[in-house]
Amino acid sequence: MVSIEDYGEFETAWCPGCGNHSILQALKRGLVDSGLGPDQILLVSGIGQAAKTVHYLNANAFNGLHGRALPAASGAKLANPNLKVIVESGDGCNYGEGGNHFLAAIRRNIDLTMIVHNNQVYGLTKGQASPTTQEGFVTKAQPEGVASVPFNPIAVAVAMQASFVARGFSGMVDHLAGLIKHALSHQGFSLIDVLQPCVSFNKVNTFGWYKERCYTLPEEYDPTDWQAAMQTAMEWGDRIPLGIIYRNQRPVFESRLAVLEQGALVGRETDLKKLEKIMDKFS
Amino acid sequence: MEKTELNVLIGGEAGQGLVTIGKLLAKSLVRSGYHIVVSQSYQSRIRGGHNTYTIRASVEEIAAPREGVDLLVALNAETVALHERELSAGGLNIVDKAFQTTSNNCLQVPYEELGEKNFSNVVALGAVSLLLGLELEVVGKALDDAFGKKAPELAEKNMQILQDSYKWCGQQEANFSTLAPPSDIRKRLLMNGNEAIAMGALSAGVKFCSFYPMTPATSIALNLATQASKMGLVVEQAEDEIAAINMAIGASFAGASSIVPTSGGGFALMTEGVSLAGMSETPLVIVVAQRPGPATGLPTRTEQADLEFVLHAGHGEFPRAIFSPGTVEECFWLTRKAFEVAAKSQGPVFILTDQFLADSARAIEPFVLKGLQTVEDGIVRDSSDLPYFRYNIYESGISPRRLPGMSKYLVVAGSDEHPIDGHLTEDLNVRKFMVEKRLRKEEEIIAEVVPPEIQGDENPDLLLVTWGSTKGAILEAATKLNNNSTRVGSLHFSQVWPLVPHQFLGALESAGEVVCVEGNAFGQLARLIRRETGFAVHRQVLRYDGLPITPEYIIRALGSS
Repeated sequence: MVSIEDYGEFETAWCPGCGNHSILQALKRGLVDSGLGPDQILLVSGIGQAAKTVHYLNANAFNGLHGRALPAASGAKLANPNLKVIVESGDGCNYGEGGNHFLAAIRRNIDLTMIVHNNQVYGLTKGQASPTTQEGFVTKAQPEGVASVPFNPIAVAVAMQASFVARGFSGMVDHLAGLIKHALSHQGFSLIDVLQPCVSFNKVNTFGWYKERCYTLPEEYDPTDWQAAMQTAMEWGDRIPLGIIYRNQRPVFESRLAVLEQGALVGRETDLKKLEKIMDKFS
Repeated sequence: MEKTELNVLIGGEAGQGLVTIGKLLAKSLVRSGYHIVVSQSYQSRIRGGHNTYTIRASVEEIAAPREGVDLLVALNAETVALHERELSAGGLNIVDKAFQTTSNNCLQVPYEELGEKNFSNVVALGAVSLLLGLELEVVGKALDDAFGKKAPELAEKNMQILQDSYKWCGQQEANFSTLAPPSDIRKRLLMNGNEAIAMGALSAGVKFCSFYPMTPATSIALNLATQASKMGLVVEQAEDEIAAINMAIGASFAGASSIVPTSGGGFALMTEGVSLAGMSETPLVIVVAQRPGPATGLPTRTEQADLEFVLHAGHGEFPRAIFSPGTVEECFWLTRKAFEVAAKSQGPVFILTDQFLADSARAIEPFVLKGLQTVEDGIVRDSSDLPYFRYNIYESGISPRRLPGMSKYLVVAGSDEHPIDGHLTEDLNVRKFMVEKRLRKEEEIIAEVVPPEIQGDENPDLLLVTWGSTKGAILEAATKLNNNSTRVGSLHFSQVWPLVPHQFLGALESAGEVVCVEGNAFGQLARLIRRETGFAVHRQVLRYDGLPITPEYIIRALGSS
């Protein structure tokens, strides 16, 4: 039996009151509730405050480059499909620097779970606008207010028919742990966009701001209805829906590769007789 | 009199099937026992333009392309206009009877009467095969092997046209002396540099290849993709080069030995990933098939101008190895070696080739696979009660690798500075310790360095020095220049980093004059040798017009200054 203690407790570099603390708790609970131990999973992150998450629990981890968590995670998963691979990074890393990989990951549908810590601001570099920062938000880098329209990751993912799209809130740990458990059991690419306050650099979208607006989708909501999901995905402002917004049963990328039927690629003998035949075709 | 060596140039526009007949002719020559060196020149377009496929064929072994044309096969009138002046004395021009020509030695072939429209290339193949003295059965077999199964009806039609053309040509009185019989007929392979890299990687046990298409590197990935399901590897076309290298690093971290083929501009996007492989100590083989830059440059031509770039790519300090194969055979063996060194040193290892070598098909002895081992992956699989730390410190700087998810041990690796457990740190003493640990691995790389190949007199009057694909050209130039009064030697680097001075400095110092021959404008190897040894080469022969260096180019350059 896996217990929460297996994942350990570590001192963090996060600010007191940061949403990251709760997301880390929810992650551990989601993993334990899924029966997954530290040696069965691989956490992959990029760079940023959220990306440090992988250092604050016992697990296999690869802390790669800013924006490049998804490609590294995809490569690791294809090399060993038995690994449960989880991407853990922020809105800047995943939607800004890594935007192209986000689109490609949705299209590929490799069995990965991507948890995005979305605080609508850059924390580690001290307060510049992120792709999800709202219009007009004033920062030292955008002194006249952000001119760009914010990126809506949920709408993009649903529009592209990503196989699992959900939104959570760091202020609702039980709900978030439940979403993580669902995502981990889903076959295919799963996105959980997690809203979180940044106590140091986002004085607009505070804990109270989110708390006031977030609501969980009702029982009767059907996440397999794509058109309804598109509408839900566009809902933002006074009311922000939380929960599984869309899911489908698209075939996973790995299922198309016969090579992966036997599991991990490592350790397989190279068949030199076969290679000899291949080379013979050059004669 | 029969020739022991000659140069055939097939020219036409893209879409006319000149590469198709070039390949069939190359295969027929190799199967008939001849040695060949192919050089391809093409424009960056799908249709039209002017392209050439040049086959230098010889009774003896050859390793370089040469200038001049003995048999010009013109599929369009433009080819005649562009290449007629290159015809050697006694050279023959094969043209359609409708083409204008000033050449007095011409075989005017009725392309459309012998084959209908769109089959001119097969008509030309029949004519050139007869003129070279190839047997119709050999050429017919090559044609059947290529198309017989894929499109039987088309193959039959092609065969008929080939036979008619061959027969027609036999009835003409062409003034052309054929190739002498080969010195021996034995099984050889027709393979180019990129194919040999792919085969070398397969023999080494490659398990993962991610790439973004870019000329002239693409066919490495395509050759691997063709064999992926058979040989048990995954080949994935990434969304961009940044994804390609990061995927490969992720795959390698999880245990799959990985290769990333690219070219200059694509490699530029990968450089942060190179640094990540250095920091996370992840084995990775990167092939950079050079083409002329800067920026998009000449996408389909050749150059050797990325040596300094590859040597310095990636921020920060970490060890690396750079191989620079000079022949198709070396492409195979050095790719295997690259996987070995990557696994042993746990970091990025490069194979630096170029468009010329990538596309240059040669007749090669079949590689002996018997007894070859899959490259040691250096992964620890035993079980012990001791805790495991990914970056544990040993004298060699090399920390045994374990794999995530393959045992009870947790594996943590990363791009931040880290203590032995792989988690991030800002302890500056640890930082210093880890820098030194990583750099110590260079000793392991140095122990494996392939020494440069020195040929000729020990104290030559003239020593020609080069690296990579220019090998064949300096060898042949040295042979041609060597005589009783001037002794000429050659020195070829098939690994350009790390340089180990005692392996070559003596040869440089004992030569009368040292000339560095390179396909770039800076003289990058010469600069590197000076930086590492203090030795300043005396002269340089450089080429940067997009074409490969030939023996004649070197001899001409030496004579003119």
